Amino acid sequence: MTARIGVVTFPGSLDDRDTQRAIRLAGAEPVALWHKDKDLKQVDAVVLPGGFSYGDYLRAGAISRFSPVMESVIEQAKSGMPVLGICNGFQILTEAHLLPGAMLGNNHLHFICRDQKLRVENADTAWTVDYDAGQEIHIPLKNMDGRYVADEHTLDELEAEGRVVFRYRDFNPNGSLRDIAGISNAAGNVVGLMPHPEHAVEPLVGSGRTDGLPFFTSILKKLVNA
Amino acid sequence: MSRTPLDTVEHAAETPDVELPWAELGLKKDEYEKVVEILGRRPTGAELAMYSVMWSEHCSYKSSKVHLRQFGEKAPQSDALLVGIGENAGVVDVGQGYAVTFKVESHNHPSYVEPYQGAATGVGGIVRDIIAMGARPVAVVDPLRFGAADHPDTKRVLPGVVAGIGGYGNCLGLPNIGGEVVFDACYQGNPLVNAGAIGVMRHEDIHLAKASGTGNKVILYGARTGGDGIGGASILASETFDDAKPSKRPAVQVGDPFQEKLLIECTLEAFKEKLVVGIQDLGAAGLSCATSELASNGSGGMRVTLDDVPLRDSTLSPEEILMSESQERMCAVVEPEKVDRFLAICDKWDVIATVIGEVTDGDRLEIFWHGGKIVDVDPRTVAHDGPVYERPYARPDWQDALQADDANKLARPGTSEELKAQVVQLVSSPNQASKSWITSQYDHFVQGNTVLAQPEDSGMIRIDETTGLGVAIATDGNGRFAKLDPYAGAQLALSEAYRNVATTGAKPLAVSDCLNFGSPEDPAVMWQFAEAVRGLADACQQLGTPVTGGNVSLYNQTGEVAIHPTPVVAVLGVIDDVARRTPVAFQEEGQLLYLLGDTREEFGGSAWSQVVHDHLGGLPPKVDLERERLLAEILISASRDGMIDSAHDLSDGGLIQAVVESALQGGKGARLVVPDGLDAFTLLFSESAGRAVVAVPRSEELRFNDMCGARGLPVTRIGVVDGDSIELQGEFTLTLAELREAHEATMPALLA
Amino acid sequence: MARVVVDVMLKPEILDPQGQAVQRALPRLGFEGVSDVRQGKRFELEVDGPVDDAALARIHDLAESFLANTVIEDFTVKVEEMVGEEK
Repeated sequence: MTARIGVVTFPGSLDDRDTQRAIRLAGAEPVALWHKDKDLKQVDAVVLPGGFSYGDYLRAGAISRFSPVMESVIEQAKSGMPVLGICNGFQILTEAHLLPGAMLGNNHLHFICRDQKLRVENADTAWTVDYDAGQEIHIPLKNMDGRYVADEHTLDELEAEGRVVFRYRDFNPNGSLRDIAGISNAAGNVVGLMPHPEHAVEPLVGSGRTDGLPFFTSILKKLVNA
Repeated sequence: MSRTPLDTVEHAAETPDVELPWAELGLKKDEYEKVVEILGRRPTGAELAMYSVMWSEHCSYKSSKVHLRQFGEKAPQSDALLVGIGENAGVVDVGQGYAVTFKVESHNHPSYVEPYQGAATGVGGIVRDIIAMGARPVAVVDPLRFGAADHPDTKRVLPGVVAGIGGYGNCLGLPNIGGEVVFDACYQGNPLVNAGAIGVMRHEDIHLAKASGTGNKVILYGARTGGDGIGGASILASETFDDAKPSKRPAVQVGDPFQEKLLIECTLEAFKEKLVVGIQDLGAAGLSCATSELASNGSGGMRVTLDDVPLRDSTLSPEEILMSESQERMCAVVEPEKVDRFLAICDKWDVIATVIGEVTDGDRLEIFWHGGKIVDVDPRTVAHDGPVYERPYARPDWQDALQADDANKLARPGTSEELKAQVVQLVSSPNQASKSWITSQYDHFVQGNTVLAQPEDSGMIRIDETTGLGVAIATDGNGRFAKLDPYAGAQLALSEAYRNVATTGAKPLAVSDCLNFGSPEDPAVMWQFAEAVRGLADACQQLGTPVTGGNVSLYNQTGEVAIHPTPVVAVLGVIDDVARRTPVAFQEEGQLLYLLGDTREEFGGSAWSQVVHDHLGGLPPKVDLERERLLAEILISASRDGMIDSAHDLSDGGLIQAVVESALQGGKGARLVVPDGLDAFTLLFSESAGRAVVAVPRSEELRFNDMCGARGLPVTRIGVVDGDSIELQGEFTLTLAELREAHEATMPALLA
Repeated sequence: MARVVVDVMLKPEILDPQGQAVQRALPRLGFEGVSDVRQGKRFELEVDGPVDDAALARIHDLAESFLANTVIEDFTVKVEEMVGEEK
């Protein structure tokens, strides 16, 4: 038995097929989900992929957050289903209030595309058990609105509860507060991050590293052992 | 209220004496008379709008056509060419049942007026050309040329252009894998913003712009039509036919990449279900172009009801609707029984789609508005029978003096210290410095198939995950060389792009070009154009790489001063297995560095002459196409058989530029020696064509030398990959840290 | 002290993809009857000293040359509030 992992396509999603490929390479079964469809097709977990859904118009993720599929995702996430938001997916998760804080434009006002060094701060979430806490990895980053912000109280709470899952190392590419690259909800089943693990799963393409593959093997391990 | 009657075909026949503003629409008197002759009466306003825009330089190639014919006449025999010049883009067979389409186009003038939107809509246009062939777009490339790097206006234009390309391309999910950024004062008032795109499909999915099958429906889908890009037609609407003032027309077109992304997905889904008989994108000349080309490439008959076109601005006149260049629109021809399914797919993607007409069994294109027939023409006369000019051309009188001003006589560095200082000066000069400030604003990871992206010699995309089949693309152009000798300059542009593709291990297959020149009404410019086309056609014939399509951009000048003649050449190549690609970066210490090809004292038009002496004169490097072909064969064989671990073509900046780039990218230095028969200066800075530097693992040294020897390619050992500095024995040592600072600090300092 | 507000809007004839995307999303959220949405920018300038005609003219120049791209955008300048000053 393998795990079925849904990948939602919103209008303007870009890395949906790439995410499906990464799931396949990890040994799980990718399932395409459509934004207008409330049906999650009995998947075991959901990934909200990167892209510019609705062109990032209004605010990144602001319009997608009201898609029919998100009603089901929000409901399921609250009852424990693992959800991963990558880049635009992270922005949608914050707009949907499944994760605290918000994303603003990069502090340098440019789109930035680079292979980014991260430190795994929490290796206990559904999406990070195949990493070691403190491990340093390189994952491609590419975004316009990647500056994570939240009020001091929220940031302190995230830190205290171990919910800062990834931090930027050596270089903060967008001005995110406390170098935060990714966070989780209190239960640890919902994780969002700006960098793109699906572009670090094959040695020949993308960043040429495979540092992103453990995201997808983590969830597979979690689901199959569950 | 008195209102002028609708200018129908009937009305035009009854009122032969009505004066039409043909001159304001850009037609010459004899061109207007030809329209009257074709129709046998005066044209209606709508017909005049169509003829004027389709017979413009931009759409009809009336000044360039007589020269461009050589690309067909001299086309080499090539099994790879599936669709040649004349369609939206050429299509090439890359094996395993895959076909690849690619094209480069210019968006120069709009990008000067409004850099962000001009560049963005340039990307949008070229991508729609690719979709219109039936292909999924897989990558974009952007050859860019700006004025002097330190000019205040460059700081306005460049960041806007780069943000526009990124803003549009990133939002479409297309990796940006290559291109160029060149600075030269000649582009100050006229930057060159060229955009290229590649698409992939199966052979059986190739689609053409053709309306056939009587009764088939013509569907317009995508964005609503607004008053974009219709300066001329507004004259028609306001002065001649209607007293009611139309609302203001936009000076700038705004791109909507989100709409375009939806257009891509819904078009590909319609292709997949085999719902499309013919398809055309709406670019320059909008519906005038789409309807007349679709019809004339089919049996000729089409009836369109303009009232059914969805509008963004309800005050638009029919002439304006026909001329509108609103972005993100496509036109498809669909069999009646498949219309519902087509519309359902559009609805799924929230794309507005409307049946606006149908294919008829006649050979006339008829367009209706408010029940009246306002266009009744043979579509071929609009789309294909435009005027053709044999513009006078003459070798400019300054050409001899320019060529006599020999760069080889410029003062050369007299000491090792001076040589070292000039190396630093070169690698930190705006044209030679790292462009990562620019390229990091482009997504090169999306779609998950990018094998190589800039600053590699060519961009490379995997197209089959199982077999590893891939394609490579490089674009090159050197306006300085072309100014010195346009015939050779065009051939050098092709040589460099061809070499760049081969350097990464791919076999060059086909060519697209973007020919950027000044005013064709200037005989000197026309001579440059004629020479460049002749040079390119001759070279393509010799190298066996057919020109599959491209674009001509004329009138690139500030006042009376033309830009350097700038033919930009894109070469597409194929690689059987992307695992065998050769990167630029040095991989391992101890590997041996070989210089392939002959190095001569060739400094005319070189980066060294520009950076150190601010000089342009003499002759460009000698062209040797047979040598280029041999070098390419060696590079491809060496890549396939695992004999080299890195390779870099030598072009602007010469050997030292190439070695510095390979070293910085690999984080490994090199120890170099000056080989017998060369001096240090010539070794470092000469720009002789037909050369590359390769790094050979010691285990492959014998095999590699034997191969080069057997095929007669000169090969010279020049050093070894080693340490964390670049040392030229007996001359100087520069640490990688110093070089990195010099190479990477320039762009941020100028632009950030 | 005074606050001067500069509103920048795309010119009416220029396509506004952002506004369109918002407008199209409204029915899904249960907001019917909105036929068009256009999105703009608002700048609030806290100005030292009196906002006399000369100051307003300078702000107008600023808006024209910097805050708005008059190739594609229109702008309006208005004085929103006066603090501690009679006028």
